[in-house]
Amino acid sequence: MSTLSERILGSPAGTYVDRKVDRAYAHDGTGVLTLEAWKSMDAGRLSDSTRISLLFDHIVPANNSTTATLQHELREFAKNSFLHFSDIGGGICHQLMSEGVVLPGEVVVGADSHSCTPGAFGAFATGVGATDMAAIWLTGETWFRVPESINIHLSGSFTGAAEPKDLALTYVSRLGMDGATYCALEFTGEGTAALSMDDRLTLCNLAVETGAKAGMFYADDVTVDYLKALGQAVRPQVAEPCNYVQDITFDLADIVPVVAVPPRVDTVKPVASLAELPLDQVFVGTCTNGRYADLVRFSRIVRKKKVAVRTIVVPASRMVLEKAIRTGVLADIVEAGCTLGSPGCGPCLGAHMGVLGEGEVCLSTANRNFKNRMGVGGEIYLSSVATAAASALAGEITEPEVP
Amino acid sequence: MKGKGCAVCLPADIDTDVIIAGRYLRTKDRSVWAKHVFEDLDPNLAPALRGAVIVAGKNFGCGSSREQATIALKEAGVMAVIAPSFARIFFRNAINIGLPLIECDLPCQPGTPVAFDLAEGWVNASEKRIAFRHLSPRMQEILAAGGLVEYWRNRQ
Repeated sequence: MSTLSERILGSPAGTYVDRKVDRAYAHDGTGVLTLEAWKSMDAGRLSDSTRISLLFDHIVPANNSTTATLQHELREFAKNSFLHFSDIGGGICHQLMSEGVVLPGEVVVGADSHSCTPGAFGAFATGVGATDMAAIWLTGETWFRVPESINIHLSGSFTGAAEPKDLALTYVSRLGMDGATYCALEFTGEGTAALSMDDRLTLCNLAVETGAKAGMFYADDVTVDYLKALGQAVRPQVAEPCNYVQDITFDLADIVPVVAVPPRVDTVKPVASLAELPLDQVFVGTCTNGRYADLVRFSRIVRKKKVAVRTIVVPASRMVLEKAIRTGVLADIVEAGCTLGSPGCGPCLGAHMGVLGEGEVCLSTANRNFKNRMGVGGEIYLSSVATAAASALAGEITEPEVP
Repeated sequence: MKGKGCAVCLPADIDTDVIIAGRYLRTKDRSVWAKHVFEDLDPNLAPALRGAVIVAGKNFGCGSSREQATIALKEAGVMAVIAPSFARIFFRNAINIGLPLIECDLPCQPGTPVAFDLAEGWVNASEKRIAFRHLSPRMQEILAAGGLVEYWRNRQ
């Protein structure tokens, strides 16, 4: 009887395996070093270009000529190599992988720490650095230590103004920044059935903030229906009794809106305890909370009102952006006074498009609040979309109203 | 692989943003990363890393997958990093670029000599010898080759 990681990797926890990678992806940031390392391996060949993706999302469009030159080289390589390429404005790599590319049971490796995100589909998805990715380009394989798994058992359903992001921050706080190092998280229990794919992607996205190698849901009817709409026919996965190294239980009804206080993702407090903290910027987007359901939640709160603080909204992908245009969600957001960024990571990594100034405070729906991450001397608080929306309207940290 | 250096002590949960900030990533010039390593933690730390062994608290290298963090340490002259645990992507990255990591809970005395032997699995500090868990056979092979690029180049 196996955990989902053991089943997909085909070996018991603690063993080392070499596995073919079904999907390997890198972005404009990690791609530069990947290409350099791959060339240095004297390779001159790609194992299977149909399984390799290069997706520009980190600094898009380029912020200066140095970045532009690096991106130009990478873009030319991608075009000449016939691999799966997405240029500026296509969207965040993890989101593009979640739009009908990653399928249940696959082994997925991304050159980005949040590559645990598509584990939401019942795939074994994990992050590596550039040189590991270069070796995957070359051989189509990589080595893994099969992880032990921690069971995050969910029961009940959300009440009040709490969202999946509040659960994500709460479980990070419970486990701590290294509570799941070298392990995988499996989200199980009757509470999972009511969670949409967008919700699950948010939950899996934060897994790495506990040190976890992967965060995974078993594919079920929700997964099957979501992928069917994107043209992919898949089957559900059935969980079997297995050994977890730790069991953590959450009743979703107990989750309340929370904020992660800088500079640690695991320092989590109820929104109510930070109420009235003045803000200089609100940022809604990223691989955590830039999906269509997030934009809908945000727009419902700010619709026909005006934000009181500069607010940047960045859709996670072109598909999200187009849907938000078609449904009028985007018009509501713009009319509320928000500034839009083109699909991508936006200011999350502090490289462009919303960098913070000295002493400025930002409330962000992203996943990291490390020191100086969004700009030297700036502070980042992390929250759900609803908390970000309510706070944008007030200009200070504000508990969202019950919808 | 054997090595030695003077201890530089760092706290737990050092993230890769603090090792090398995002604003310095967009270049291929490795000296830039070495120059600005730990700038947001202590701007005076970079010059002290030449020939040093970093002795840190748990969960060293957490956060972003940026390999520039490991390259910055190596280019700045760090001989090895010793910590009770490492974030797993950082762990792989360091071995892949030939920077030795040692999983060991070592009390840190700033400036004192630290010696290590990866093959035999011990660290020597303050006249005490502490055994540590060996790297996996694959990681030892990669490190012995000088890194993953060299490992695969030898196999072409």
